[in-house]
Amino acid sequence: MTIDSIKNGIVIDHIAAGKAMELYQILGLDKLDCSVAILKNVVSGKLGKKDIIKIDRNLDLDWDIIGYVDPNITVNIIKDGRQVEKRQLKLPETIRGVIHCKNPRCITSIEQELPQVFKLTDREKRVYRCLYCETQAGK
Amino acid sequence: MENVRSLIDILELSVEEIDELVDLGAKIMASPAAYAHKCDGKILATLFFEPSTRTRLSFESAMLSLGGQVLGFSEAASSSAAKGESVADTIRTVSCYSDIIAMRHPKEGAPLVASMNSEVPVINAGDGGHNHPTQTLTDLLTIHKEKGRFDNLTLGFCGDLKFGRTVHSLISAMSRYKGTRIVLISPEELKLPSYVKKEVLQKNNIEYVQTTDLEAVMPELDILYMTRVQRERFFNEEDYLRLKDSYILTPDKLRAAKEDLRILHPLPRVNEISVAVDKDPRACYFQQVRCGRYIRMALILKLLELA
Repeated sequence: MTIDSIKNGIVIDHIAAGKAMELYQILGLDKLDCSVAILKNVVSGKLGKKDIIKIDRNLDLDWDIIGYVDPNITVNIIKDGRQVEKRQLKLPETIRGVIHCKNPRCITSIEQELPQVFKLTDREKRVYRCLYCETQAGK
Repeated sequence: MENVRSLIDILELSVEEIDELVDLGAKIMASPAAYAHKCDGKILATLFFEPSTRTRLSFESAMLSLGGQVLGFSEAASSSAAKGESVADTIRTVSCYSDIIAMRHPKEGAPLVASMNSEVPVINAGDGGHNHPTQTLTDLLTIHKEKGRFDNLTLGFCGDLKFGRTVHSLISAMSRYKGTRIVLISPEELKLPSYVKKEVLQKNNIEYVQTTDLEAVMPELDILYMTRVQRERFFNEEDYLRLKDSYILTPDKLRAAKEDLRILHPLPRVNEISVAVDKDPRACYFQQVRCGRYIRMALILKLLELA
């Protein structure tokens, strides 16, 4: 399978196999009108299998969110057919408006207009907790 | 608001600040008349979206003892929350009427939302099963008054360690002192949540043991912190009924305890401490209630910058 290389755009590489669609949704790539290619289960020396997303335009991405999905993801910025920048991502300290608190006792359960904010509390174990009730994300 | 100091979580206070508050609370307790007009002309708003007679009266007593005045409500039904007003809007309004706010709310994180929208200091007076920092300050003043120190103490926590927010907060606060040892006594279903063990006890290298047998560990304890199994924290009545009588402290069970053990309880109790224990000189849960008034006086003074 061949996907044309892009001239100006972004290549999100080293996505853990199966995670590309999650990232696609979180980044809101469905709202773009340019070409976006999702490659799943690409053979990778480092990961065995990986996903890749290619976006045929340069745009401001929320790097923090990508770091939350998987800090091992790399982001390559392409200009005039050449890679001009390679970004390594870190786990963000704070995540806003991406994940929702599932604790029925949390104030956000009755006041839906409050921003959903999660703080990194354990970098090693990748634990995020709700700013308001401290419930662990995903629990 | 950035330049207004609130108290939402006990860990917002440094060890030094806790020491200052405990010192001030002890000074006020020793000579209350010297502080009787410190808050003349100031107003405390007590916003209790969930009933709690003890905590509300304690705050009101504290402010009145400082010469200030109080206003507020004692249940959500008598507030504009019943009409669907948000916490943020309620607080923006009430902070125009008062100099400091004490707030209890059944939803976790509500006092934090309040502090983010208030022009005046907000004190968390309990948010669901989450935080209750003034109870922890009360416990700390009681421990210091009775033991004269915070370091090298073995504290036993007994009963509902899963939903007991006072337990989580006091464990967090005591984990910052040297030589603290924690004994966790509970039925299997009400054990301390693993995140508290990992993120507080293990992170601070605090020695701790878990057991279901209160009498076996009784001789080791300097402080025994009893808790009530709280009906309102259970979604299922059957579980509550099955677990509510897990531990009942009686004079018999205290036979092997140290002479200088001190028994604390955040109150109200149901039946987990037999009334017969009240006469034991080691029981100090009613002194603890008294400490609650004085430490809240100290906290109000600190947050109003009148200390």
